Amino acid sequence: MRQLKKDVRFADRFFLACVRFLALAVIVLLLGMGFFLWDASGTALKSISFFTFLTTSAWDPVRDVYGALPVVYGTLISSFLSLFIAFPLSVGVALFLNELAPPFLAKVLGFLVEMLAAIPSVVYGLWGVFVLVPWLRTEVQPLLIQKLGFLPMFQGPAYGVGMMAAGCVLSLMVLPTISSVSREVFRAIPENQREAALALGATRWEMMKLALLRSSRSGLFAAFMLGLGRALGETMAVTMVIGNRAQIVSSLLAPAQTMASVIANEYAEATSDVHLSALALVGLLLFGITFVTNAVARLFIWRLK
Amino acid sequence: MKKVQRLLILSSICFSGLASTATLIHGAGATFPYPLYSKWFTDFQKVNPDVQINYQSIGSGGGIRQFTDRTIDFGATDTPMTDEQIKKVGEPMLHVPTAIGSVVLSFNLPGVKTLKLTGELIAGIFLGEITQWEDPRLKAINPDLSAKGSILVIHRSDGSGTTGVFTDYLSKVSTPWKDKVGAGTAVNWPVGLGGKGNEGVAGLIKQTPQSIGYIEYVYAKTNGLSVAQVKNKRGEFVEPTLKSLTAAALSEISQMPKDYRLSLTQASGKGSYPISAFTYLLIRQDMSKSNKGQGLVAFLKWALSEGQSRAQTLEYAPLPPALIKRLEATLQTIKVVP
Repeated sequence: MRQLKKDVRFADRFFLACVRFLALAVIVLLLGMGFFLWDASGTALKSISFFTFLTTSAWDPVRDVYGALPVVYGTLISSFLSLFIAFPLSVGVALFLNELAPPFLAKVLGFLVEMLAAIPSVVYGLWGVFVLVPWLRTEVQPLLIQKLGFLPMFQGPAYGVGMMAAGCVLSLMVLPTISSVSREVFRAIPENQREAALALGATRWEMMKLALLRSSRSGLFAAFMLGLGRALGETMAVTMVIGNRAQIVSSLLAPAQTMASVIANEYAEATSDVHLSALALVGLLLFGITFVTNAVARLFIWRLK
Repeated sequence: MKKVQRLLILSSICFSGLASTATLIHGAGATFPYPLYSKWFTDFQKVNPDVQINYQSIGSGGGIRQFTDRTIDFGATDTPMTDEQIKKVGEPMLHVPTAIGSVVLSFNLPGVKTLKLTGELIAGIFLGEITQWEDPRLKAINPDLSAKGSILVIHRSDGSGTTGVFTDYLSKVSTPWKDKVGAGTAVNWPVGLGGKGNEGVAGLIKQTPQSIGYIEYVYAKTNGLSVAQVKNKRGEFVEPTLKSLTAAALSEISQMPKDYRLSLTQASGKGSYPISAFTYLLIRQDMSKSNKGQGLVAFLKWALSEGQSRAQTLEYAPLPPALIKRLEATLQTIKVVP
């Protein structure tokens, strides 16, 4: 009997050590990745300062001149555009599923929305190329140019592919993330808060506004940031529809380029060391931006709890 | 427990069996000849079951890097290595041309079947200097051209050998192009939309009226896209065909240097299509350290004889016989296990 107890204690301790090791390994891995990217971008940083890299816009592999401003711009604008579309939609979906829909419908619809997250991004890309882009080119964009062409956002020829297509595809991809986090946030609000609002004579909409939306502001902000983190790093689907042109223009109809897609596009055939290293530097930048975004989102979620 | 043991024994027999019979050779590189190479490797294994060749199409740049780092047994590239890159390999090596491929200009102009282009016109379009289909410079050689509206230029967004060949050609025929953009596997495009891969560019051309872009010939053929005739050095307008590719190779073969690094663009021969290129395998001269050398040389000999006729079915032009003779002599100089 005594022997057995000892064994169990040893097994417990062994298990604890294993789990602790694995948990630490994740942190080491993360630091290792950061270090690897920093190390790999050393060659580029020798020929160009980080500040110049971040603030110039020439990207010319033939002459080994690299500036990341247009791809940073493309990443940020396409991500914010997608959230501009997806955030209200996702919060609406979450409100409907949690507060209004009958339980059966909520279950089915909730499942379907979550399924959106399981679709591989290349499938979104194909859908974008074959369905969304032709539709944007022949129907939506000519109309926008005709009616709203005085705005700098909607000027230029209708290509179909471009910033707008990327934003639309991304918005579908971040929708499940934002809606499932928002649903969690709404669920965390005590039932009696809703009842209190209703008891004071609030309509259903007023109840949602007063009891739910107002008190879950920081939670929804976290959902927003998590969605942003997802949008920033998305590569394949964006590359397929964004038009891959590193430029800074005000029009949403024009092609653009993101940080993730420039890496995916050019890594395989990059022959010069500086080119490779500049791509690693873009990777480091993207790593930093997504890390900070996700960290901010997590901080808000922790504070909430 | 017994089951596990039995399984272990069984699997060890299997693996040892594999190891003793087949020599596994690893290669990586260019995506441009991948359809041809994958057919060659499977066909070769059928006649030569002792040698198994594993090829990954990771791009010419990756092929050169891994070949230099010695992680693979052979590399593959569309644009020959530069002197500086060869220096980095640190030992004698060979470029072995295996087939000839071409880059074509495909366009989507409803109602227009034929289009004639010169090097200056192509450079003008891709530099963004010629922006309208009704431009008088285009009309001058295409008097019947009915197309109107702005030209939409489509290029590759990813680094590629196809881009390397195309920009090499443009740098030869146009000084403004050479000064402003230059040649390389990825360049700073003055205008246009980028599509990922040959299939991405072909898809964009197919979808978008008034567009023009460059792709590998086989993709234009499989997508049913119209292809422009391009003016060659002799002033003839030539369509890309296996015949016009072989003509280009034949006319340049006398210029072929000892190391086979030769650009085929803007070839001078009669009837030759001006935007074509050799695709190469990269081989180490001394392969006597393992028995892989024998297998690889056997494959190369097969590719230069049997393999050539199989290239045509995939729209790659076979090498001229005179070149094959020279290559066979070169293959004899590779050091293998006796």
